[in-house]
Amino acid sequence: MEAGKGHLRIGVYVCHCGTNIAATVDVKAVADYAATLPGVVVARDYKYMCSDPGQELIRQDIEEQNLNRVVVASCSPLLHEETFRGAVAKGGLNPFCFQMVNIREHDSWVHQDHQKATEKAIALVRAAVRRVAFHKPLVKKRVSIHPDVLIVGGGIAGIHAALTLANAGKHVYLVEREPTIGGNMAKFDKTFPTLDCAACILTPKMTAVIKHPNITLWTLSEVTQVQGYVGNFEVAVTRHPRYIDEDLCVGCLECIEGCVYKQAKVPDEFNLGLGKRKPIYISFPQAVPQIPVIDRETCIDFKSGRCKKTCIEACGDRHAVNLKQQPKLETIKVGAIILATGYQPFDARKLPEYGYGVYPNVYTAPEVERLINASGPTGGEVTLRDGRKPQAIGIIHCVGSRDENTNKWCSRVCCMYSLKLAHLLKERTGAEVYQFYIDMRAPGKAYEEFYHKLLEEGVHMIRGRVAEVTDWPMTKEEEGKLVMRAEDTLISFVRRIPVDMVVLSVGLVPQADASDVRRLFNISCSTEGWFLERHPKLAPVNTFTDGIFIAGACQAPKDIPDAVGQAGSAAAEAMVLIDTGYVEMEPNTAYILENECSGCKTCVPLCPYSAISFLGDKKVAQINEVLCKGCGTCVAACPSGSIKQNLFEDEEIFEEIQGVLA
Amino acid sequence: MKRYLYYPGCSLRGTGKAYEESLLAVFKALEIEMEELEDWNCCGATAYMSIDEVSSFALAGRNLAMAEKKNLDLLAPCSACFLVLNKAQRYIKEYPKVAQTLEHGFKAAGLEYHGTTKVRHPLDVLINDIGLERIKACIKKPLTGLKVAPYYGCQIVRPYATFDLMYYPVTMDKLLRAVGAEVVDYPLKTRCCGGSQKGTLPEVGLSLIHILLKEAHRREAHIVSTICPLCQFNLDAFQEEAGKKYGEISMPVVYFTQLLGLAFGFSPKELGLERNIVAAKQLLAKFAPAAA
Amino acid sequence: MAVKSLIKYEVERDPDFAQWVSHVIGGERIRNCIQCGLCSASCPLSPYMDFTPRRLMHMAREGFKRDVLGSFTIWLCTSCYSCTVECPRRIRVTDIMYALKRRAIEDGVYPRRFPIPVLASEFRGMIRRNGRVTETWLVFLVFMKTAILRLLGMSKLGTKLLLTGRMGILPETIRDRKQLQNLLDDVEAHRKEVAA
Repeated sequence: MEAGKGHLRIGVYVCHCGTNIAATVDVKAVADYAATLPGVVVARDYKYMCSDPGQELIRQDIEEQNLNRVVVASCSPLLHEETFRGAVAKGGLNPFCFQMVNIREHDSWVHQDHQKATEKAIALVRAAVRRVAFHKPLVKKRVSIHPDVLIVGGGIAGIHAALTLANAGKHVYLVEREPTIGGNMAKFDKTFPTLDCAACILTPKMTAVIKHPNITLWTLSEVTQVQGYVGNFEVAVTRHPRYIDEDLCVGCLECIEGCVYKQAKVPDEFNLGLGKRKPIYISFPQAVPQIPVIDRETCIDFKSGRCKKTCIEACGDRHAVNLKQQPKLETIKVGAIILATGYQPFDARKLPEYGYGVYPNVYTAPEVERLINASGPTGGEVTLRDGRKPQAIGIIHCVGSRDENTNKWCSRVCCMYSLKLAHLLKERTGAEVYQFYIDMRAPGKAYEEFYHKLLEEGVHMIRGRVAEVTDWPMTKEEEGKLVMRAEDTLISFVRRIPVDMVVLSVGLVPQADASDVRRLFNISCSTEGWFLERHPKLAPVNTFTDGIFIAGACQAPKDIPDAVGQAGSAAAEAMVLIDTGYVEMEPNTAYILENECSGCKTCVPLCPYSAISFLGDKKVAQINEVLCKGCGTCVAACPSGSIKQNLFEDEEIFEEIQGVLA
Repeated sequence: MKRYLYYPGCSLRGTGKAYEESLLAVFKALEIEMEELEDWNCCGATAYMSIDEVSSFALAGRNLAMAEKKNLDLLAPCSACFLVLNKAQRYIKEYPKVAQTLEHGFKAAGLEYHGTTKVRHPLDVLINDIGLERIKACIKKPLTGLKVAPYYGCQIVRPYATFDLMYYPVTMDKLLRAVGAEVVDYPLKTRCCGGSQKGTLPEVGLSLIHILLKEAHRREAHIVSTICPLCQFNLDAFQEEAGKKYGEISMPVVYFTQLLGLAFGFSPKELGLERNIVAAKQLLAKFAPAAA
Repeated sequence: MAVKSLIKYEVERDPDFAQWVSHVIGGERIRNCIQCGLCSASCPLSPYMDFTPRRLMHMAREGFKRDVLGSFTIWLCTSCYSCTVECPRRIRVTDIMYALKRRAIEDGVYPRRFPIPVLASEFRGMIRRNGRVTETWLVFLVFMKTAILRLLGMSKLGTKLLLTGRMGILPETIRDRKQLQNLLDDVEAHRKEVAA
C-alpha cells in the first residue's frame, strides 16, 4: 500500500453515539462534508459505530469498496481504538491504517454551541483524513514472558498470592524482609467478625508456603535493584545473614535456650517492645521458617568479640550456627512482580493530647493485641504496667485517621477491630469498656451483625471524639485514674470518664519506606503515600507499569478478606501474562535512522525509560523497542532529526495540523 | 547585641504592673536593650474582635506598621497582645479582602504596612536569643527547693505554637529549672483560666480558676508561675473568693520574670512582689533569703 | 407541667444566615464538620453552655438563626482556641464564635444589661476615644451599666488593688489620637466589603 494521494481509498465513519454526539454535533453534515474530501470514497454516519453492525459496516466497506484507509469519528481512543482496529483487521486491512477522531470528549461533551461544535468536528475529521493518508502498515511486536513471578512481602496478601500462583504450577520467589513471614496478621490475637484466632488460620498457609515445591522463600531479604521490563525483569535481592545456616538448622531452638543471656533482655519487636527477647531469637513460636535469628546489634559476640558462644555448643552436631555468615546477593529473572508490602500502624506519639508515651497505661491497639494474645509478653493476661487488673477501659477510635492534622483518610478496619478488642477485653478482664467513636463503620459481610453482638454485651457506646486523656481529677472517683473527656454527642452532654487503661485505635499508614520502594520498582504513589493503582474501580491491582501488580494494604487500608481477594486478583493478572506467554507492544515506538545519527548522544540521557543506548563501535544511538513507550522526547530533542516515531511521523503530524487549520 | 521594641500593652500599665517591673529588671540584668514602641495603641485583645474584626486587625496593624519602621523585633509580653498581633499579621496575609480594606485605611492614616515585623515573646527571646547559659551566669541566689507549677495559659501556644510545643510547652519550665527551681508536672499548664469571664459570668469564671489552683495544690507546688497578666489577676485576685466557695487554698501566683528576678538578686519591691494580692513575699523569703 | 412542641419546621431555617456563616472569616470550612464533638470535648466552658459548640455549629450551618444568636454559648466562649487547634476538619470554631458574637450584638439579640456586649462596647468606646484601655475605668463603666450592686460587693477587692498600686487612676491615652481615629473611621466605612 502506497502512502500518497493517488492511490487512496479512505472510508470515514461518523458516530452518533446515541445522543451523546448527535445532540450537539450535526453528524450527518460532518459525514456529508467528509465525502467531499479528496481520497474519501465512502462517508457514513451511524448510530453506534462500536456495536456489531457498526463494526460490520467497516469490514464490509473495506472488502466491497477496496478501502485502504479508515477514519472513525466517535469517542475517546481509550475506549474503542482497539475495537475499531480489530474491525479494520477483520476486513483484511492493517489495523494501523486507521485513525480515530474524538468528537465526543473533545467536542460534543465540552461545547454547547451546536454550530461551532459541528465546525470543530468537521475540522477534526478533515485533519484525520489528511493524516491517515500517511499512515504506514505496522505490526505489534511480541515479547516473551519469563514464567517466574516475584512477590515482595510475606504478609497474608503475599502468602495468598504465592500459594495461588504456586498451585497453578508457576514458580514463585517470595521475598520478605522480616525473619518470618506472616506480616501484621501474625501479630493479631483474633480476627473480626468470626473471632477466629489469627495464628490458627494463618499458620496453615504459612507452612503451606514453606512446604510448596514451587515457592522459593527468602526471609530476612530485600530487593535492592530492579531492571528490565514486563516479562523480563532482572531483580537483585540481598539475603541478609541470620547467622544460622538455613539448610542445617532443624528448628529445635536449643541455641536460644543455650544463649549466655539467661534472661531475655532486649525489647522484643514482635511484641512491640512490650516483651523481651534474647539476642538470638525466633519471632514467635509458629514462625516460618522455623529458624532462629541472631541480632548483631545486641549479641555479645558481635559487639565485643568475647562470648562463650554457648549457642554453638547447644547446637551440637548440626553445626548450624555460623557467626561468620555473609550477606548473599542473588539475581533472579522474573516475568511479573507483585508488591504486597503492607502497612504500618500510625505512631500515636504524634497526638500528644492522648498521652501515649507519657502515661504508662495508654496503649495502642496493636499493643493490646499482643497483651491479649496467649503467646504475647504477658501470656494473655491483660494487666496494667504495674500488674493491676483494669476495672475500666476506654477505647478511642480514629487515632490518626479522618483528621486533617494527621491523616485525612478513614483506615477502614479500626471500627471493627475496636469492637473486637472491646469484646476480648471485656471477656478477659470483666472491666467496664467505653467505646468513643465518631461513626461506626461496619461495611463488610457479617460486620453489622458483629456490631449488634457488641451492643448486646453492654459496652458503653459514646459517640464523640475524645479531646484529651489526663490524670487530673475533678471528683474523688477520678483520683488515680486516667480521665477521658468527650462530648457524648448523642445526648449532647460533655462527659468525663475515669478509666484505668486507654486503648488508642490507631489507623493504618503507608510503610516508612513506601516512597523508596515505589521508586525501586518504578511505580507511583498517591499523594497520601499508598501505591497507586491503575484505576481505583476497575484496575485496583494493576499499576501504570506493565508487569508490576500491587495487592493488599500497600494499595490502601483494607481488611483481611479484601487483602486476600486482591492477592488472588493480582495472582490472576500475573497468570494472564505468564500463560499467554507473550505480551504485545503498541508499535508507537521511536526509531533511529542510523545513517543520519551524528552520535551526539543528546537523546541517551533524556529517555525516562532508559530505552536508548549508545553503540560504541558504530557511534550511533540505538533504541530498545521493547522498553520504548513512545513518549516522543528523543524525537523532539534530536538535533539532526534522525529519530522518528511510528504513528507520529512528521508528515502525519503536519498534515493533521494543516487539516485543522484549513 | 540585639535590640528589641517593647510593646507593653494596656494590662502591663494597669493590673499587670508587676510583670513590667520584673520584666524590665530581668532584661536589664541580662543587658538586653529595649526601647518602647512609641505611641503604641491598644491591641484590641479579645473584646474588640467581638465588635468588629477588621477594625481589630487595624488596631494591631497600626502597631505593626510603626514597628516596621524601626526594623526591630517587637516584644509583646502580654499573651493576648502576643496572640492578637500574630493573628492580625497572618490574617492580613491570608485574606486579600482584609488586606485591601486595611491598605485603604492605613493610607488614610498615613501608615505603611508590609507585614515584616517579627512578633516575639519574652520566653522565646530568653531561651532562643539569650540562651540558658547567660541566664545561669546571672544567678545570685538559686531558687533551690521552690516547687513551681508552670502555668502558660492558652494564648501563647494556641492557635500558633511558634516557639514552643502546643500541648506540653516547656520553655518556662526550662527557664525556671535553670534558676534552680523544681518544676512540678502540671497537666493543666495550657488550660484556660476563663479570661474575662470572672467579671462577666462570675460562677463560671470562679470554677475555672478553682480547678487550676486545686490541681497545683494537689501536685504539691508552692507557687504558680504565670506569663499572662489576666491569668495572674484571675488566679491571684479571686483566690480568696474561690476559697470561700470551694475550700481554701493558699497559693501565691507570680510572674516567671519575678522568679527569675529573685534568682538574679533583685529585691521583692523591685520586682513588684508587693503587688500580689495573695502574698508571695513570705514564701519566697524562704527560698531567696538574701533578696527578701 | 408545661408541655411544648419542639419540632423544627423548614420555614424556621434562615438560608441567608446559613450562607452568611460559611462566608465569615474563619467560617469557610463549616460545611466540612463531621460532628465529631472534639470542639465540645476540648472546650473548658462547654459544661456551662446551653448548646455545646458542636451542636451550635450544625445549627448555624443549617440556618437556625434565632436559636444560635439567642444561645448562651457564644457569650461563654473565652477564645482559648482549644477547639480550633483540635478540630480534625480544621474549622476555625473560635473565629465563628466571634462572628456570631458580632452578629448578635449587631442584631441586638442579647438580654438587656448583659455584661459581655456592654464590656465589648465600652472597650471599643475607650479605644476610639483614647487609643488605650484603662482597666479600672473599663470595669467601673461596665458594672455601672449592668450590675451596680455587684460593684459595691467588689469594694474589698478594689481597695486591695488600690493599695497594691494595680489600680490605674489616670486614663491611658496615646498621642496621635487623630491618626487612630482616621484609621478606624476609614476601616469601619469599608469593612462591609469583607463580609465580616
